[in-house]
Amino acid sequence: MTDKTIPQSGHVVPAVFTRDMLDWLPWLAPMPAEQMTERHLASLVDAARVKSDYFRLLARDPDVLEARTRTDKDIFYNPDAGLPRAERELAAAATSRLNGCIYCASVHARFAATYSKRVPEVEKLLAEGTGADLDKRWNAIVAASVALTATPVAFGPGHIDALRDCGLDDEAIVDVINAASFFNWANRLMLSLGEPTPAKA
Amino acid sequence: MVADVIDTLADIAPGSALDTARNRRTVARQQAQASYLSLFKPASPGDFPLVERHAVAVFVAGLHGQVQAETFYGTGLSEAGGGTALKAAISMAVKAGRTEGPYGAFPKGPLSVEDKAGPLYRVAADLKAPLGPRLAAAFEHTHMLVFHPRDAAAPSLQALLDAGWSTDAVVTLSQLVAFLAFQIRVVSGLRVLATKV
Repeated sequence: MTDKTIPQSGHVVPAVFTRDMLDWLPWLAPMPAEQMTERHLASLVDAARVKSDYFRLLARDPDVLEARTRTDKDIFYNPDAGLPRAERELAAAATSRLNGCIYCASVHARFAATYSKRVPEVEKLLAEGTGADLDKRWNAIVAASVALTATPVAFGPGHIDALRDCGLDDEAIVDVINAASFFNWANRLMLSLGEPTPAKA
Repeated sequence: MVADVIDTLADIAPGSALDTARNRRTVARQQAQASYLSLFKPASPGDFPLVERHAVAVFVAGLHGQVQAETFYGTGLSEAGGGTALKAAISMAVKAGRTEGPYGAFPKGPLSVEDKAGPLYRVAADLKAPLGPRLAAAFEHTHMLVFHPRDAAAPSLQALLDAGWSTDAVVTLSQLVAFLAFQIRVVSGLRVLATKV
């Protein structure tokens, strides 16, 4: 018996990048919550994610979901040294902007704006794209994220020089590499397993 | 114990400056490795056999032009039982599929001016037999995920299901390709940083 995708129709399709809250509609059946074992539930890491279609879909492979989530959390939330949280989120937003993941860009543009308190610059990135002129340091972080997002990867010694010139040490540069690289993982899941729609008010 | 794959591919030696810098994110380092193990040395491969997992990985690494990863997953493919005909077919598929990303279309509207054209990869007729129908469908989907993920739509997934992939296996395939997009970028980035420390 061949499985079937879930047709999604009649919903509003966001046609611009936004910091507004979005929902996400799956194209494959998420696991029904009542069929999830303890292993499936543990793989969500945050129990509240049982309400999310996205995480219940990924829970079909619990081992990789759990490892993915724990990688994500350490790259973005670990406060020890490295790049400030706002700029890790900037790298995530820039990567999502370039790949075209309107859902991921909305979440991480909100975080970048919240932690940096630089709403106009975040809005400019969303409106104009990764070529937007923000400031020297943010331009260097966005340019590094863009080069890491290109396939083949276009990141080179010049990007390291530009980041160092803005005061980033090796640990902060590793955070830029990790954050942009991680969103090349996240964007591909979000873009290819479902689609965004405006959140219900 | 399997050596840390990112360290291996980026030539990071214990005690080096990059080893120290990576250790600031110890959990991310361990969990990137756990992700690799869950995808390539799973407790149970379910209906996504190890030979197919490694075949897709060699294709992804080849499309990225990341030689260390291509060699590493090529060795894994041999260990999983991939033969010379399959390897030759993957090599031909990589040659035919190489391009530059990300490209693709946005939802119709103000972003349409940013639409970027690029090839839609289809497996050549002479590669369909050595790859088999499951891998042929997987390679077409994988090429889109690597180079133009914003073009993804439900019919891409239905093509996999129609080729015999289960919903569970499509989730794992998607994770595998997306994880490699991460792993290869971390390796590429760290290899550049290593030249500058």
